[in-house]
Amino acid sequence: MTGFSSAFEAQEVASARLSPVRPLYWSVRRELWENRSLYVAPASAAVVFLLGFLISTIHLPATIRNLPALDPMHQHETIALPYDMAAGLLMLTAMVVGGFYCVDALQAERRDRSILFWKSLPVSDSTTVLAKAFIPLVFLPLLTFAIIFALQVCMLLTSSAVVSASGLNAATLWTQLSFFKMTLLLLYHLLTIHALWQAPVYGWLLLVSAWARRAAFLWAILPPFAIGAIERIVFGTSRFAHLLRLTGGGNEALTAPGTFPMDPVTHVTPGTFLVSPGLWIGLALTAIFLTLAIRLRHDRGPAN
Amino acid sequence: MPVIASRGLRKTFGKSVALESVDLQVEEGRILGLIGRNGSGKTTALSAMVGLIPYQGELKVLDRNPWTERDQLMRDVSFIADVALLPRWLQVSQALDYVAGVHPRFHRMRAEALLAKTAIRPDNKVMKLSKGMITQLHLALILAIDAKLLVLDEPTLGLDLSFRKQFYDSPLNDYWDHRRTVVVATHEVDEIEDILTDVAFLDRGRIVFGCSIEDIESRYWEVMVNPENVAAARALNPINERRSLGRSILLFEGVDRQQLSGVGDVRRPSVADLFGALTSSRAEASQGARI
Repeated sequence: MTGFSSAFEAQEVASARLSPVRPLYWSVRRELWENRSLYVAPASAAVVFLLGFLISTIHLPATIRNLPALDPMHQHETIALPYDMAAGLLMLTAMVVGGFYCVDALQAERRDRSILFWKSLPVSDSTTVLAKAFIPLVFLPLLTFAIIFALQVCMLLTSSAVVSASGLNAATLWTQLSFFKMTLLLLYHLLTIHALWQAPVYGWLLLVSAWARRAAFLWAILPPFAIGAIERIVFGTSRFAHLLRLTGGGNEALTAPGTFPMDPVTHVTPGTFLVSPGLWIGLALTAIFLTLAIRLRHDRGPAN
Repeated sequence: MPVIASRGLRKTFGKSVALESVDLQVEEGRILGLIGRNGSGKTTALSAMVGLIPYQGELKVLDRNPWTERDQLMRDVSFIADVALLPRWLQVSQALDYVAGVHPRFHRMRAEALLAKTAIRPDNKVMKLSKGMITQLHLALILAIDAKLLVLDEPTLGLDLSFRKQFYDSPLNDYWDHRRTVVVATHEVDEIEDILTDVAFLDRGRIVFGCSIEDIESRYWEVMVNPENVAAARALNPINERRSLGRSILLFEGVDRQQLSGVGDVRRPSVADLFGALTSSRAEASQGARI
């Protein structure tokens, strides 16, 4: 016990002040410790896709040989398709993972009563909720970008090797893809659509998670679904579904000729996007949802 | 400035009243045992003190409002609200990293020194630990915080006897240094009696008795009386009477010891005896039951 007592006194002086960013930083790390699926799921999806792609490279030399027969538009599409699919798959994975994460984020700690431990530490409810919102709004888009980038680099390098090995010119791939521009467009798309445009969706899910005693998933899905269904039956329109930002939206961000926003001929219009009311209404809603979630986190104890 | 000061503290859950007009004053350096049966309002009182639930009435902890200033308050207060509530996925080293990251007064070395005496290893996950080990981990984290006030709610509930005894003997004793204040809620009076400086008995949401241990020792006497002396003893106004092995045991407050020794064997009542005497009589009286 003597060692314990002396350490006890020696540290008496060390009551260093902590900057307000530190609790936020550690709260975000805490989220990543708890929710390993946030990065394991996208990484696994990338690996599975890469394996599938590697097998499909058997047909790649033939595709390249037949390429000149197609018109220029289709030439690009043929080469770019797997890359767009890779990006789409990873974005979808991130959205699913992010959605499930948010629905559980503020409910799990009440369900397992660990909220009593977290609340015994000097971390405010705002810090906790903002750390949780950071995950879908900042962490996931950036992680998705990094994984897609790494995946596409692997795809491009292996394809180049396969094409060169069959005596063809790998440069065709690079010029058709315009990889650098594709990457920039990908980042732009993730930040505008997945972070900013969809922010109110994640805000709503966090709010429901903070509010619902159980079955947060149903509470998150059913009311919007019911409103959408009633609108469809009564007015025959689907404006509400559109408002939910799950069906398209964010069209102010760019003018794309095709289905995929990473098409190199896509014309980005960040100015139009930034002044569009839809964006700002969405961000205001996000702020309201998160403020309410902070309030609920403060007021609510364990769920049983 | 008292560490905890409440006046007319009241808490209701729907129609049931959990706390009613609780006036409590705890000065710095005291170890208060909040003693009550299950459902007497101990947990509710402690939850209010550490900012987990809203309440009516006045309550200040370290001169702060716990409900509106929880996060600032937690720099100076540490508490264990319930056993085994560390999240299952948490790794021991992560728990240390996190608390060190967010708490300006956490001393990691101290926590590691406490953990070194247990079977807990840094790479263990909470889900792999037994209930007793989870409590040990939680206590190591909490006791390594240089808090002004430590609040423990039934810290040894559900643990085996040897660990319970060891906890009150060693870690808690080392923690307390006459400047820290400790509030322990429990219904197991016996095991903490020796370390307390004050007790408060909670019965149906009300504080029915509050006293320092010194006062208890100088004011209360228990007398074992043989049947032939019972009438004489009763004349001295006992505050409680019970029977055991054919003799009556009478509890007296503020009666001269000399006088009492004439009617039977005088001894100091334990806190548990006092608790039994003071709460059961009132509880039964309020129900109109026969003693």
